[in-house]
Amino acid sequence: MAFQILLNVFLAFIWMFIKVSFDVSSFIKGYFFGLIIIFVFRRFFGSRFYLAKIIAALKLLLLFLKELILSNIAVLKMVLKPKLDMQPGIFAYRTMLTKDWQITLLSNLITLTPGTLVIDVSDDNQTLYIHAIDIADVDEAVKSIKHTFEKAILEVSQ
Amino acid sequence: MNANIPSEVLPILLILIGTIFSLLSAIGLVRLPDVYTRSHAASKSTTLGVLFILVGTFLFFLLEEHYFSIRLFLGIFFVFLTAPVAAHVLVRSAYRSNVALAEESVQDDLKDFIHTDSKKTKDAEVNNTD
Repeated sequence: MAFQILLNVFLAFIWMFIKVSFDVSSFIKGYFFGLIIIFVFRRFFGSRFYLAKIIAALKLLLLFLKELILSNIAVLKMVLKPKLDMQPGIFAYRTMLTKDWQITLLSNLITLTPGTLVIDVSDDNQTLYIHAIDIADVDEAVKSIKHTFEKAILEVSQ
Repeated sequence: MNANIPSEVLPILLILIGTIFSLLSAIGLVRLPDVYTRSHAASKSTTLGVLFILVGTFLFFLLEEHYFSIRLFLGIFFVFLTAPVAAHVLVRSAYRSNVALAEESVQDDLKDFIHTDSKKTKDAEVNNTD
């Protein structure tokens, strides 16, 4: 991915040298044409076309903001309920992510989403121990949410 | 003066929402039963409160003073990067030093894991104190 971006910047500079106009607008124009060239030659690169990855990352960001707002509303409902009747608990969650940065990102996202908080990561990086604030009804919903998160992270990294 | 009113409404609303979130997370800190549930309130609501307040401040300076302050967005970025990690480290160290869960707790999968490798961690602690 980094190689494709570097190549795109390089092509933009080539465009600037060809046009002999060294300003921002010609850089942007050259970058756009370089993007088209890289899109045409996308099957010669090892990884995917890098704009797809950037779009996947933006989708992940939007998903995260939505979950953050929903989680805050859930926490506020719980705090303001006249009777505290939740059932906190810790459950183990097996993850299929392997790289360190993926697991860090996933645990940050889990911590900032409804009713869950990562307490510990096992030594072999395969199990996350998550504290859920209401284990009775959140457990299933949380699992589906995290499958969407995991899928989005895999989408970004493949 | 009248022309300024619509441009002020959005920042005012955002800062108000952020303040309400921060207040309610403080109430959550007082009301919830144990350290783990409290850190839920602390890690989520204060993060969103800071987000709303900083975005409101950014919009206020952009609309009133026409000053584009990218530092506020950097502040949001850093808060988002560090707040969950801080909550995680606090809760993890609380669990490792045997702080009990609330009585309502129903499930504890981490207990087996900690007990099976408590010997290892004890050895590590001895090595650290030397």
